[in-house]
Formats: sequence, C-alpha cells, structure tokens
Amino acid sequence: MGNIVEIEGVNKIYGKNHVVKDLTLAVEEGEFLTLLGSSGCGKTTTLRMIAGFEEPTSGSIKVEGEPIEEKEPFERNVNTVFQSYALFPHMTIFDNIAYGLKMKKVPKSEIRERVLEMMELVQLGGFEKRYPSQLSGGQKQRVAIARALINRPRVLLLDEPLGALDLKLRKQMQLELKRLQKKLNITFIYVTHDQEEALTMSDRIAVMHDGIIDQLDTPKEIYEHPKTKFVATFIGETNTFDGCISDMQGNHITVSLENGIVQGIGTDFKSQEYLTVSVRPEKMRYADSPVDGFTLTATVKDYVYVGSVIKCIALLPNGNEVKIERLAGEELPKIGSPIFIYWNPEDAVLIHSHDYLVFQTMEQVPLV
Amino acid sequence: MKKSKHEIKANTIPAFIMVGPVTLCMVLLVAIPLIYVAVMSFCSIDDYYNVVFKFTFANYERLVSLDYLKIYARSLVIALMTTVMCIIIGYPFAYIIARTKSRRKKLLYMLVIIPFWTNSLIRIYGWRTFLGTNGWINNLLQSLHIVNEPVDFLFHQGTTVLGMVYCLIPFMILPLYTAIEKLDGSLLEASSDLGAKPAATFFKIIFPLTSSGIFSGSIMVFIPCLGYFFVSDILGGGNTDMIGNLIERQFQSGNNWPLGAALSIILIVVTLLLVKLYQKLGGDMESLGV
Repeated sequence: MGNIVEIEGVNKIYGKNHVVKDLTLAVEEGEFLTLLGSSGCGKTTTLRMIAGFEEPTSGSIKVEGEPIEEKEPFERNVNTVFQSYALFPHMTIFDNIAYGLKMKKVPKSEIRERVLEMMELVQLGGFEKRYPSQLSGGQKQRVAIARALINRPRVLLLDEPLGALDLKLRKQMQLELKRLQKKLNITFIYVTHDQEEALTMSDRIAVMHDGIIDQLDTPKEIYEHPKTKFVATFIGETNTFDGCISDMQGNHITVSLENGIVQGIGTDFKSQEYLTVSVRPEKMRYADSPVDGFTLTATVKDYVYVGSVIKCIALLPNGNEVKIERLAGEELPKIGSPIFIYWNPEDAVLIHSHDYLVFQTMEQVPLV
Repeated sequence: MKKSKHEIKANTIPAFIMVGPVTLCMVLLVAIPLIYVAVMSFCSIDDYYNVVFKFTFANYERLVSLDYLKIYARSLVIALMTTVMCIIIGYPFAYIIARTKSRRKKLLYMLVIIPFWTNSLIRIYGWRTFLGTNGWINNLLQSLHIVNEPVDFLFHQGTTVLGMVYCLIPFMILPLYTAIEKLDGSLLEASSDLGAKPAATFFKIIFPLTSSGIFSGSIMVFIPCLGYFFVSDILGGGNTDMIGNLIERQFQSGNNWPLGAALSIILIVVTLLLVKLYQKLGGDMESLGV
C-alpha cells in the first residue's frame, strides 16, 4: 500500500508561536492514523493544514502524490468531521448530508439514493426531515460523519469528533467509527487528546508534543516501548525515574537513581548516559526484604480501590510518589510500613534523556 | 409542593408596588397621549381653526383623496428605496466589522456609533451645505472645470433617499452585525470543505443564516423612514413630501390638529401592521428592542 498523504518539513508559525515544527509524516492508504497529544501540541493545526483551512508557513503537503498547497479547501479531495459538528442549522438532515453532492452537481435521483443509503449506514434511517436542533449529540455526530463520507473522500479528517459525547456514547461511537472505516476502506486521520481512544481505534498513533511527532508507531509499540519520557507518561499510567547508567553487562543495564539502584534491559546506550526508566504500575513489584540488584525503598502511603485492581501509592525517600497496581484480594502491607521496590528488568523501559534540566539536577546529586 | 421561605417572602410584596410605577408611566406617557390622538382624529375644527369636540369622519374622508394617496405611495417608495440601499451598503460593511479580528474592529464599530452622538438635524443640514449649488462638491467640480454650471443635487427624490440612508444606516448595520457575528465560522469551513465555492457558501449558508438580521434591520429602517419629515424637508425641499411632512404641516402651519391626528393614526396603523407582519414571518421581536 502506498502513501496517500505525505507531509514534508511542514512548519506553521503564528506570529511568535511556532506551532508545528518541521513535521514529516506519511499516512498509508486505508489506515487509521491518530494524531495524539495534549491541547496546543499542533495536532489540530496539522489536520487543518491538510484540509486547507490553514496554510503551512513552509514545507509541502501531498495528497495522492499531488501537492495541494495551491488548492482551496473546496478543491481538495479530503473531507472533515468537525469537533463542533458544524451542521447547517437551517437545513434538514437530508439537505445537510446531500450538500456535498449538490455542490458537485450530482443528478437529483442519485443524490436521493446515496443520501438514503448513507443514512442507513450510520443508522439514521427516517430522520431525513428533521433539523439538527432536534437531534441528540450522538445523532448529530452521525450526521456529521455521513455528510463527510457521502463525498467518498480519499481521506477523512476527524477533529476530536467524539469530544462532546458522554463516556458510554463515546465508546459505542469509537467502535462504530472503526467499523465504518474498515467497511468503506477510507483513510482516517483522527485527532484526539484521549490516549485510550487512540489506543482502541488506531492502526498507528503519532504522539505529538510541542509541535513535533515524538513517536509514530502501532498502539502496542507506543504503549510498551515509548521512545520519549513524554510518550511514556502521556500514554497510560507509568512511574518514571531519572538516573544515570552506572554499569552495563551486555544489554543488562544498572541505573543509579537519586534514591537507589535499579535494573533494566536496553540496547543503544552508552555508559554514564543519563536516562529515564519507565515502569508501568502493573509491572511494579515489592518485597519486604531487599531484592538482588535493587536498593529502592519506599513507604506505603495509601491504597486506592479501582474495582478489579488496587492501586498502592508509596512514597520514595525524596518525596516522589510511585504507583503499584495489585489485583484485588491480595494481602497487602499495612499503610506506613516500609517496602523494597523492584521489577523484572525486562519490564522496565529505558528512555534516552533529552532533558537538560535532568542533567542539571543530577549534577547536584551524589551518585550512589 | 412546599413553598420555600424565600418564595413566601417574595409573594408578600404587594403586586401594585411591583408593577404600579411601570403601569403609571405607560398610562401617562403612552396610553393617554395615544387615546388623545385617536379621539382628536374624529374631532372637527371651527372657522378659527379651534378644535371642537364634534364627532366626524371628515378627516379620514379627506385622507383618501388622490393627492394624499400619491404622497402615501411616494412615502412607501422612498422608504423601500432607503431600505434596499441600506441593505446593499450595510451588509458588506457589517460583514467586514463582524469578521475583522484585529483592533480595527472596534474602530469600525465606533464609526457606526459616533454619528449617533450628533443631532441628525444638524448632520442633514451638513449635507445641504455639502451638496448645495454653492457647496463643496459644486465648487470642486467647477474649479476642476468638469462642469460650468452648478449641478442641482438638492431637492430630488434621490437626495431625500441619500439623507434617509445616511441617517438610518446604523439601524441596518447593528442588527446585521449581531447576526453575522453569531455565525459560526466552522459552518463556513464545513461548506468549503464539502466543495462549495465562495459564492455558493454565501448564498446557501451565510445569507440564509443572517437573513434575520436583514429582516430586523429592514423593519428598523423602513418604519422610521416614513416619519423622518425633516430629511425630506431639508434635502427634498418640498418636492418629496412624505407622510411625515403632512403630519408636521397639519400641526404647524396648517393648524389643523384633527387632520394631523388622523394622519398620525394612519401612520401608527401602518407601523403596527408592518411589525405584526414581521412577527408573523418569524422575526425576532427582541432585536427590535421590544
């Protein structure tokens, strides 16, 4: 499968604000790609540049191999589903969905046929005479999706389309969107700040942070092998420890932290390199006596019951908190009792540190 | 259902204290004068032009004569032309103010408001010195040798319409501005995204969604236009008499108050019918200040 959208070296600058920085991204035909990031990371701006509502300050965007910078939004073969739905309030649902086809001067009988077919597809049969104000949030969302899809775009751009829906409806729409995407085999570029949504729906996720893509990978890779500290902390819950490599035996790495020594597995590291160790709460272990290779101690501070699991919050000597997940029903140490923290070295993710501030603080901390 | 303490307390304030002052004002300042005008329109005058309370339909009978009908027709034509001109000039202006994001927006908005701070009579006189045979424009045209004789700008129907448009255009721009401002920008993006060229977006999306502004702007221009007698007096010079001029003349030089009252009643009825029609067609009463 080839690339349907190619973004190369795109920058977007508003005044003094460098919103998108030298972004390069290739979207494969037929895939569900999510741009994930917190607000202000440039994900929506990127989407709007593909749609044509914003012009890149520099760089090129190609759709189906053709540069589209010179094309107005109405000349581009992409369609957008807006966060606010942007349904035309003075038109019926039928007219809303038919709008794109009318603009393309499709014969009336064909419009009617295609609109009704599309309404069946998004489960809105029988709603054609209603107005947007008479629909619920979820129904409006379906209309917005139908209105975009009926034009049979090569690429569908979705800007936080489920942002305004309640949790239950969101989950349902997530699955429905995924089903539609597979059925129609259209490339979806989906913008969201909800990491769970991204993990559920995407073929690939581009995690954006401060105008750059930190990591572009499958949801599994992103979750299990985050490449930056930001990705590790943004996707799911994790514990991070900043430290310095004190010993390397092949790919087995010993890391000195502020509060002790821990173990991990990693390649591509230099001795004495500063790095971040990320361990998911469900991978954390504890014992009441020291474990070989680990000298990290903590005090149990609190327990939080989250249904099937219990979260143990423990305090490190420097005051940082770590989260440890345990299955409910296990016997747990009392609050206030000391524990020795360890993990299976394979479960730790070692991340190259790019953070200058870490270097500074590490300089002041005597290494153990 | 139990009433809360708060509600019980609120209910103990007698109704007449709550609505009394407003009612009194309305009765004194609106109801009584209106009734007075209505009664007056059925009175007669004696040989010395004093009003006598003798019931008659004569005033209304006079008003259906051909001369008067011509003036009504002219009033409607002038008001209609003024309204159309106000839409044509006001719409792009309102659109620009509403869609400008920079600091200029405030400046543009002030340009619409500032004329309100000067008496419109004075501003209309300003136009007269501007357009007169010895006015700036004529002096300029003559000094540039574009014309040899002064051009007769004043005292035409067009001049009256110009003055009306000048006086009333803020009443068109302000409701239009409100309507355009409310327009959600993502609707325009959506329209363009779905393949609509700018002209199509205007006629299919922008225009229908701002028509309420055009509608209330039109009613706010059309109705006062019928009554702005001083504009046609000063700029029309008696050649473009409107219903407002007739009323003014009966109360002043004509000294025939019952006839003036009858004319006023007709104007009030026409106005009420127009407002009623506006409401029937789904117009928003609040944007008229009602």
